[in-house]
Amino acid sequence: MYTTELSKQPNVQSIEDPERLAAFEARVAADEFIEPKDWMPEAYRRTLTRQISQHAHSEIVGMLPEGNWITRAPSLRRKAILLAKVQDEAGHGLYLYCAAETLGTSREEMIEALHSGKAKYSTIFNYPTLTWADIPAIGWLVDGAAIMNQVPLQRTSYGPYARAMVRVCKEESFHQRQGYEAMTSLANGTPEQKRMAQDAFNRWWWPSLMMFGPPDENSPNTAQSLRWRIKRETNDELRQKFVDITVPQAEYLGLTVPDPDLKWNEAKGGYDFGAIDWDEFYAVVRGEGPVARERMTARREAWESNAWVREAAAAHEAKRRQRAAA
Amino acid sequence: MPSLPPIRPEDVATAEKIRPDGAFDAPSDAHDPVRAGYLLRLGDDSLILGQRLSEWCGHAPSVEVDLSLANMALDLIGQATLLLGEAGDADSLAFKRDVLDFRNCWLVEQPNGDFARTMVRQLLFSTWQHMLYQRLTGSRDEALAGIAAKAVKEVAYHRELAAEWVIRLGDGTEESRERTLDGLGWCWRFVPELFEVDDEVEQAVAAGIAADPREFEAEYRAEIARVLGEAGLPVPNDQRPILGGRRGHHSEHLGHLLAIMQYLPRTYPDAKW
Repeated sequence: MYTTELSKQPNVQSIEDPERLAAFEARVAADEFIEPKDWMPEAYRRTLTRQISQHAHSEIVGMLPEGNWITRAPSLRRKAILLAKVQDEAGHGLYLYCAAETLGTSREEMIEALHSGKAKYSTIFNYPTLTWADIPAIGWLVDGAAIMNQVPLQRTSYGPYARAMVRVCKEESFHQRQGYEAMTSLANGTPEQKRMAQDAFNRWWWPSLMMFGPPDENSPNTAQSLRWRIKRETNDELRQKFVDITVPQAEYLGLTVPDPDLKWNEAKGGYDFGAIDWDEFYAVVRGEGPVARERMTARREAWESNAWVREAAAAHEAKRRQRAAA
Repeated sequence: MPSLPPIRPEDVATAEKIRPDGAFDAPSDAHDPVRAGYLLRLGDDSLILGQRLSEWCGHAPSVEVDLSLANMALDLIGQATLLLGEAGDADSLAFKRDVLDFRNCWLVEQPNGDFARTMVRQLLFSTWQHMLYQRLTGSRDEALAGIAAKAVKEVAYHRELAAEWVIRLGDGTEESRERTLDGLGWCWRFVPELFEVDDEVEQAVAAGIAADPREFEAEYRAEIARVLGEAGLPVPNDQRPILGGRRGHHSEHLGHLLAIMQYLPRTYPDAKW
């Protein structure tokens, strides 16, 4: 999932050994991978730690809106698919936490930062999953937008992150297809199912476009991230690509894009679309999303009310070692 | 038109008993009530426990545990799909029956409680299921034998995972020990039902479809005692068995579970998903 924090980075110019910095920049420019033990500028390490951990948090928090429907999935097949999908998200969270740990921050520290509100996660998960149609809509649109962001990250300069993305992208691509397939059933279904499908599409369309982050003119550090190959395309480029691919998919389903200003622009070979409500976006980033409190409460409760399990596992392990040594 | 008398289960079982060895094996018949009834018990056990475990998704003590609970839930939902599919239309059976027609045992419908209770429930069920499925791989019913052969590998992992956690929690901290004892106290009442053999199971055993659980009760009790011993926990005292699940008489919890699980297909009966 895209991290909206990237563009809010403080100025990354720092006092580093100019020779090492130049050598590093040359490696990155030559599309070499940077590995955990390689020297890297502090700002690069910080930016990546933030980006990867936020990506991990997004996967974990993202389990909640979809998990909300596992117990109510309408057929055994849909239940199995949804369980498998949410399990994949947990797996993504796990490899991303591991990738971030290679930069020197522990998983506990990252989780603490999430729970204290210091670390962010994708704004999209602060919207509720109201009906079953939200599950297909998330697969199709949210995972679709995520793939758009993540495919370029398979070529990101930090080796562990790039490699994690290869696997994540394969799974996300399957998620998107299953979402679209499930949406097809609804769009070709009963009037009630069609209504659910259109309503879910209406609610998820704009937040999905916001997933690409603020417009390029308000994303001052994009240039630095592009130069470091942490990011490979700008927010607006990716957003345009997403719209151009998704609109015909919606038309095929007979769904109406909730944007009266949407129209094909022959000259640019893409769609023009209406203004995004950036006030809403920044409000959700600040934690004012409709179910932001629910999400954080659920995560904190899972962590805190089960602390005794982790403590027990550690205590048992210590006793076991002690017995083995005796 | 004169109607034929219905085929009674006892007639089917008798016919199976007197069939000479090497006689023609009829293809598996979903309408054989003994077979279908037995498949429902197995399928419902897997379905209801899979449903319960899936409630943990996103709320487990760590990402790793979340993954393993979802993984078990997924295995169980897969088993239920196959077993109920052999008994009839799997989705109709899962989503259109009410409590009186569910054939699962009381143990699997128990609420998750805390993680200790969930793991005790899993240990008690998966150890039983594993021993049963090992035997069902030799069922005369080819479809059931095939499902058991696939599932027994999954269940071996569930059993091992649950045993490891019960040992960790029993031998962990004072709090985890107390919680595990609580979970054991909650679940132990439902163990005898796993070994109950009523007429339906007798007939399915006689037909060569089912395995008689009494054959492995001693082995089961010894294994549970071994795991509890390693966890430093006492084996609870037996009490008067709580039975009824196999005849559709359940705890209060099952109705709520079904209300959640079945809500969409029941609200939109004409919809395909």
